[in-house]
Amino acid sequence: MYTTELQKHPSKPVAATEPQELIDAFEARVAADEFIEPKDWMPAAYRRTLVRQISQHAHSEIVGMLPEGNWISRAPSLRRKAVLLAKVQDEGGHGLYLYAAAETLGTAREEMIEALHTGKAKYSTIFNYPTLTWADIGAIGWLVDGAAIMNQVPLQRTSYGPYARAMVRVCKEESFHQRQGYEIMMCMANGTPEQKEMAQDALNRWWWPSLMMFGPPDDESPNTAQSMRWRIKRDTNDELRQHFVDVTVPQAEFLGLTVPDPKLKFNDKTGHYEFGEIDWSEFWNVVKGEGPVAKERMHDRVKAWDEGAWVRDAAAAHAAKQHGARQAAE
Amino acid sequence: MTTASSSTGHRSDPALFDYLLRLGDDSLILAQRLSEWCGHAPMIEVDLSISNVALDLVGQATLLLDYAGEVEGKGRDGDKLAFHRDALRFRNCLLVEQPNGDFGQTMARQYLFSTCQRLLFRGLAQSTDARLAGIAAKALKEIEYHADWSAEWVVRLGDGTPESRERMINGFAWMWRFVDELFQVDEIDAAIAKAGIAPARDSLRAAFNAELKKTFEAATLPLAPLPAAILGGRKGHHSEHLGHLLAAMQFLPRAYPGATW
Repeated sequence: MYTTELQKHPSKPVAATEPQELIDAFEARVAADEFIEPKDWMPAAYRRTLVRQISQHAHSEIVGMLPEGNWISRAPSLRRKAVLLAKVQDEGGHGLYLYAAAETLGTAREEMIEALHTGKAKYSTIFNYPTLTWADIGAIGWLVDGAAIMNQVPLQRTSYGPYARAMVRVCKEESFHQRQGYEIMMCMANGTPEQKEMAQDALNRWWWPSLMMFGPPDDESPNTAQSMRWRIKRDTNDELRQHFVDVTVPQAEFLGLTVPDPKLKFNDKTGHYEFGEIDWSEFWNVVKGEGPVAKERMHDRVKAWDEGAWVRDAAAAHAAKQHGARQAAE
Repeated sequence: MTTASSSTGHRSDPALFDYLLRLGDDSLILAQRLSEWCGHAPMIEVDLSISNVALDLVGQATLLLDYAGEVEGKGRDGDKLAFHRDALRFRNCLLVEQPNGDFGQTMARQYLFSTCQRLLFRGLAQSTDARLAGIAAKALKEIEYHADWSAEWVVRLGDGTPESRERMINGFAWMWRFVDELFQVDEIDAAIAKAGIAPARDSLRAAFNAELKKTFEAATLPLAPLPAAILGGRKGHHSEHLGHLLAAMQFLPRAYPGATW
């Protein structure tokens, strides 16, 4: 769902103890667009950055189930209920294979989840905003998944094999999510006056947080250069953000909705939309865990995990008994 | 009112209509309950499987309620029936509307329901009503998995740790009083069974009991005689829980009656 680096401090420089010939060979493979696989040698900083990025991505998928899950029980038709259930389930599936991809780098899922619950690990800021009406479910699919696709399509060619392969499947599903979101928005924008009001209100609330999903501006994104050299990232935050605005504004116009940015205008010379200043203080507050429903999100995640502990323990205990019984029989 | 001769799958058949509501409402209400877990399950794998079961049940409800609407012949479809009936008109059994409780309670409910539903739908797949037979055959593939999946969890939790064993026992303790209702036969069931549309529910009891005995042995759980039965769901007399469930589920279509979504 979200893949932009949220740690402000740059990665540690490559440790001097790593043999130069290994580093050179690694860099050459990456530069030649080869995939790095789990058993290949890799610099410690590359491994660290990937674990952070992939686990952050996995956490975002799992936390991202909550805002949409909030509307499953109130979906307004049987078809919408089925589609939303399937969609939220997909996000859980993405979380699962992203955790699995991160585990190939030597970090256990429990360890990553612990980092999420203690606040050490980040997840996408977007999920710290509430879903207030049914139109928010449309807006999330359209804008949030739309932004996620822009972030993730280039990652199908990212240098780490398991991550790149996970992204291929994730992107297929995300494009379905984006379409279902836009379809909800079309239905609402062409519906009753109350529905149109909900659709506009949802766009008003989700527009700026969606632009923030691409991460801080390039000049405040200290890890971008290194990550691009390692092919962990393929485009800069600002490039992706511009692409998103260029694609999304005509979609809003087609819906007959107004993008909440008085400075938005199309520049004939550049062929791009110019847009207003993003409130980066809001962004950093949300990153710090001060988003409107950040407390609720973490409360729900920790509660589910803690209350599920006895189930996980029971499953492990039963599996161990079965294993013991099988061994005794052999 | 209903006679056996009218219950042959013809349109405007009140017994068949009511019978389809019973089936469709069971699936719908249980789907609604299960979807409350989405994003909150004990582990991601379980989250995915619970959502999957909920999704299957929404699909069953859609097919069954759409068909019910056609049989009724008053222009109501599945959505109309799902979102614009009040509790008195719902025909689901009391079991499916019971609160999730902890994961043990949810699995107790699921196991009891899916085990019974599997036996019933095996019969329905042979129904003299071709449309219902088709729906049942499709659903049966899903239900086989739901029954196996929930039985596996009953065994895992029953056999797992002292805590999980106690929670599994407590989960079943909540649900036992609603089991008899699954096998009740009233005049509608009798008419439907006589027309060969569905097996009589009481004919499924022995197979259900045998299944229960097998699972409980594997789970090392004790089986005791059932408490007094609580009935009423099939006549629209539900628990206090259903009204709240419907209030959430039906909110949008009720608040904006002219809107399409």
